[in-house]
Amino acid sequence: MTDTELEVREPSARAAEPLQPAPRVDRVTVIRPAPRWPHLDVPELWHYRELLLRLAWRDVSVRYKQTSIGVAWAILQPFLTMVAFTLVFGKFADFPSKGIPYPIFVYSALLPWTYFAASVAQSSGSLVSNRSLVTKVYFPRILLPLAGVTVPFVDFLLAFVVLFGMIVWFAIWPSLAIILAPLFLLMALVTALGVGLFLSAVNVRYRDVPYAIPFLIQIWLYFSGVVYAISALPERWQWVLALNPMTAVINGFQWGVVDTAPPELGKTLVSIASMLVMFVVGLWYFRRSEPRFADTI
Amino acid sequence: MTTAVTVEQLSKLYRIGELQSAYGTLRDSLAAAGRRLVRRDHRPHDEDLWALKDVSFELREGDVLGVIGRNGAGKSTLLKILTRITTPTEGRATIRGRVGSLLEVGTGFHPELTGRENVFLNGSVLGMKQRDIARKFPDIVEFSGVEKFIDTPVKRYSSGMSVRLAFAVAAHLEPEVLLVDEVLAVGDAEFQRRCLGRMQDLSESGRTVLFVSHNMQAVSQLCERAIWLDKGRVVDDGRSAEIVARYLQSGSGGGSSRAWPDLATAPGDDLVRLRSVRVVQDDVEASAVDVRRPVGIEIGFTILRGDGQPVFPKIKVVDQQGDVAFNAMDTSPRWHDASAPGDYLSTAWIAPNLMNEGMATVHVGICSLGAAKLYPHAGCNDAVSFHVQDPGEGDSARGLFAGQWKGVVRPMLDWTTEER
Repeated sequence: MTDTELEVREPSARAAEPLQPAPRVDRVTVIRPAPRWPHLDVPELWHYRELLLRLAWRDVSVRYKQTSIGVAWAILQPFLTMVAFTLVFGKFADFPSKGIPYPIFVYSALLPWTYFAASVAQSSGSLVSNRSLVTKVYFPRILLPLAGVTVPFVDFLLAFVVLFGMIVWFAIWPSLAIILAPLFLLMALVTALGVGLFLSAVNVRYRDVPYAIPFLIQIWLYFSGVVYAISALPERWQWVLALNPMTAVINGFQWGVVDTAPPELGKTLVSIASMLVMFVVGLWYFRRSEPRFADTI
Repeated sequence: MTTAVTVEQLSKLYRIGELQSAYGTLRDSLAAAGRRLVRRDHRPHDEDLWALKDVSFELREGDVLGVIGRNGAGKSTLLKILTRITTPTEGRATIRGRVGSLLEVGTGFHPELTGRENVFLNGSVLGMKQRDIARKFPDIVEFSGVEKFIDTPVKRYSSGMSVRLAFAVAAHLEPEVLLVDEVLAVGDAEFQRRCLGRMQDLSESGRTVLFVSHNMQAVSQLCERAIWLDKGRVVDDGRSAEIVARYLQSGSGGGSSRAWPDLATAPGDDLVRLRSVRVVQDDVEASAVDVRRPVGIEIGFTILRGDGQPVFPKIKVVDQQGDVAFNAMDTSPRWHDASAPGDYLSTAWIAPNLMNEGMATVHVGICSLGAAKLYPHAGCNDAVSFHVQDPGEGDSARGLFAGQWKGVVRPMLDWTTEER
């Protein structure tokens, strides 16, 4: 062996910033086999908050980089869906629309719904599509589905602008309950996150998930009161559908932005309970599968 | 000096089945679950593999530890556990301070984003704070040498450029404990020197470094201490120069060189014995080679008798998919008759721009001609390996194209064009 290959010192290459001596450290990491009953490490999540924002920012900026009409997609998608639904369900089928013009009824429902659907899709695929990160660096994996439910929020805000236009056009004004709208949107987020956590972990093992999602979303749409008013259904069915948190989200959101009848408290509580169950189950399954993600993905 | 890293009885069990059908469809697994239910099949799996078994060691602050061993010895598993990418099955490890890792640099680079955007993204992925990245940004860019392209999407970079940028980010992490896996296999010689220099800076400023490498020279030069892993266990632990020497003597190399100092135990028969194999480029041993320059496979052997069959050296080069790229043997007339006893050093020169980028493994043999096949008198499979790199400066087969370049070989052809 010769020594010429490795002239390790290269003074010219590093003149810029002299290295500080290693600071005293107080952080101690203990690595142990995965616990049987996982918990959520909130301080750690807080520590990684910047990474969450970076990941979300990456997804947002990559999303529109190579599209020709760019952010217009965020507006066109719900808008054209609204037009189609108005024609099919509003005009031909004459579905109930809480006594307001069908276009604004369906658009105000499509806003939270589109956010929810995109969040479910994005968070469910988040682990597999970030495979190279999952197998090469450590960070709380939960950041990936979490970023997945953050990104569609940008589209939501853009599409919201159109709603303003419609509010003015149809002269249907928001009620004071609009201050509660963010809370209902938060419900959509928590529900989507619960579903996304569960499906993203399943997707690591079974690549069936991407095939199942469009189907799941489509079915879910018909039971969420997007294209018709849930309040027009028989009382018994309204209670059954209350198990779907999205019914409360849409009712509550419309109550605020287009001043329809307020959601009933009892049914909303059922929805909230159902949302919490979905979230806890999703989180539990995710945390339980987490130690094996890097090995099986 | 306080303890920086304590590893106690660390073990990791893989189920072979799990690795093979890493993911299946739901149907497969439902069917399997059904079968288990019916048969009450609770036997432990006979195909379990301990990728790591009862590994223990301790590092004090400022220690630089080399980890050596052949492929599959558990080196990467050890790093994956210490970086918390995967969890151990048994045992525990305690690390004081922030951990930074250089495992296959470039992790998380997104092709659509610019170099600048990727520096920030990659920095956060590696655990840096935004304001630290912003502060070090000029240094990072300067270190990488891609200033001119920093606002170009990374998809237009050559592989060499993105690796340089990625390493520059990682090298500015300044964690208390740095885990490094084979980053020296990337980049050109000049860049490798910078990487090693950076690692040395880090260790001199009191950081603890754990360095996994196939480059024995780098290990013995950079590390005071080394551990040798084999089949998931620590075989040897001590001063790096001694461990490296023993490792090389054992003939389990798999790096860029291998030697058998003891003729009696060297591979071969009563006619010829293998003494050494090395990968060389530009007159020095190289674990990473530039695709544009010739690569030499230097084979040292000893012929013991003058009255045996005529023998000649031969190599077989296998690419990283395990496909045979080519066989080559020395057909010169000097081997037509039996050679005189003594030591020989033959070098097979692999032409520039022949092998594609990636890992190449070389099997060597000293053979004689048989009727139907070559008869190997002395031989060694997986004798050495090297990593073929393309700095992407436009003068290789890929020209200015920076994307994936398929093929076992990638020759530079002569093109003629006439206007008709």
